Amino acid sequence: MSTKRVSRSAAGNFFITLFVLMFAAFMMLPIYYTIINSLKPINELFYFPPRFYVTNPTLENFVNLIKMQAQSEVPFERYLFNSVFTSVISTVGYVFLASMAAYPLAKHNFPCKKLIINLVVIAIMFRPEVTSIPQYMIMSGLGLIDTFASIILPAMSGSFGVFLLMQFMGSIPNEIIESCRLDGAGEIQTFWRIILPMVKPAWMTVVIFTFVGIWGATGSQFIYSEDKKMLITMLSNFTSSGIAMAGVSAAVGVVMLLPPVIVFLFSQRSVVETMAYSGLKG
Amino acid sequence: MNKRKSTSGFWGRYGASYFLLGWWLILFLVFTVIPIIAAVILSFTNFDMVNMPKFVGISNYVTLLLDDEIFIKSLSNTLFYAVVTGPLGYIMSFVVAWMISETGRTVRSVLTLIFYAPSLAGNVYMIWMYIFSGDSYGILNSVLMRLGLITAPLQWLTDPAYNSYVVIIVVLWMSMGAGFLSFVAGFQQLNKELFEAGAIDGIRNRWQELWHITLPQMVPQLLIGAVLTISSSFAIGAQNAQLTGNPSTDYSTHTLLLHMSDYGYARFEMGYASTIAVVLFAIMVTTWAVINRALRSMSND
Repeated sequence: MSTKRVSRSAAGNFFITLFVLMFAAFMMLPIYYTIINSLKPINELFYFPPRFYVTNPTLENFVNLIKMQAQSEVPFERYLFNSVFTSVISTVGYVFLASMAAYPLAKHNFPCKKLIINLVVIAIMFRPEVTSIPQYMIMSGLGLIDTFASIILPAMSGSFGVFLLMQFMGSIPNEIIESCRLDGAGEIQTFWRIILPMVKPAWMTVVIFTFVGIWGATGSQFIYSEDKKMLITMLSNFTSSGIAMAGVSAAVGVVMLLPPVIVFLFSQRSVVETMAYSGLKG
Repeated sequence: MNKRKSTSGFWGRYGASYFLLGWWLILFLVFTVIPIIAAVILSFTNFDMVNMPKFVGISNYVTLLLDDEIFIKSLSNTLFYAVVTGPLGYIMSFVVAWMISETGRTVRSVLTLIFYAPSLAGNVYMIWMYIFSGDSYGILNSVLMRLGLITAPLQWLTDPAYNSYVVIIVVLWMSMGAGFLSFVAGFQQLNKELFEAGAIDGIRNRWQELWHITLPQMVPQLLIGAVLTISSSFAIGAQNAQLTGNPSTDYSTHTLLLHMSDYGYARFEMGYASTIAVVLFAIMVTTWAVINRALRSMSND
């Protein structure tokens, strides 16, 4: 990877490093404060002025959270399973379907292509708030109310991921695709062997925003049965109980933050691995 | 140029394209496009979510534009927030993605995670409530009072003189979302040979390199970021409702999104809510048409 690049001035490096570090600290601050708060015992939570550190860290808030949810009739694992199951199926399914859809939109010519591309882009800009009623009617017409499909199918119908993958696939040189054709590879083979590995950096983005979107969604307009509800629906019962629950609320914040962070780190690692042998960077 | 070897008939030529596209396209039409068309149709009706929608022509649009003071207020707030946070958030995402693009992979992963964390964190931004809380226990108030800059706590969240700035800060803090991630991914996909050629052709420093070599290659990602920025910065509202109350003092931070939710979910006037959604949509699509043209022209020079 030793490529010749324009030299970087030391002053520029210093300025950029300083700026990035200060900015990173600002972005971290509220999340850092949540984590610190989740570790504070009850008396430290109400110090004045509020403190940005914890003197006697404790897991009390997490223990309280576990005790409180133990009183509900549906076990914690059930909510966790519901959330993980719908998030994983939606994410994997969407990355797969969106990649398949993006390839012909980026590299083929066929009737109605222009129209579909325009629909893809403008659909991103229509607010979902007023489409929820027509969506509900379609769901109930298909008999999907109160099933996981009512969360998974709309999640896989979004157009942003298709647009994103289409843009990345568009910058793959046509010569690479042509040379595959000359080698006798069919369209499906070209897509599977050549195109997919080349856009893995874009996958990272699709995986993360799809997962985060579903993980943070309650789906409460479609799901009624308690044993099919999502983790966030159950946990948000505890955060809405005001100041007395400040510690538990912070613990909830930390618990909800963990899975997206894990997914993020894993997707980053797989991107790096695939970049190493995809040959994309020449 | 996209002909296959066996180009016999319609399906021989386009079959593979439609096969790849079809699975997602069906879901997209059923769960996204049809509900959008239905919402546009509802904007020409009165619909209380119980009785059948009643067709009223363009009267919702007339009422909205001529006889709804709160709409005008929310429109001007929405445009203000969009004009301030849109370009700032967009440039910030790009510049930070560029700055961290040359670090090693581990450092880059960690920094990407840190900058993206506010978008990961769901409602952790509620922590801003502690910072801007209006009593003397609020973090900002307590710091300012200890420094002697103010003598009495300021009402950051409810005073119309300040609360719009609080909203802007929090929105900017959350603006490094999927657009930022696609910039980071885009920087990893740049063509290295062009940089070597540039060094030979007399590019002298990293700023020139950014402008002449990097930016033109990043146009596909710049378009992704633009779509996202438009769709989020004209739809600010959730943060305002949580931080400054809903409705806020004198509707000081009311936006089109909140106006729409107000009619849809509080007053059950879905027809009128759909009208607001269509107007918001029209504003976004118009902005997109302008920006799309400007960005595309960058790759052709």
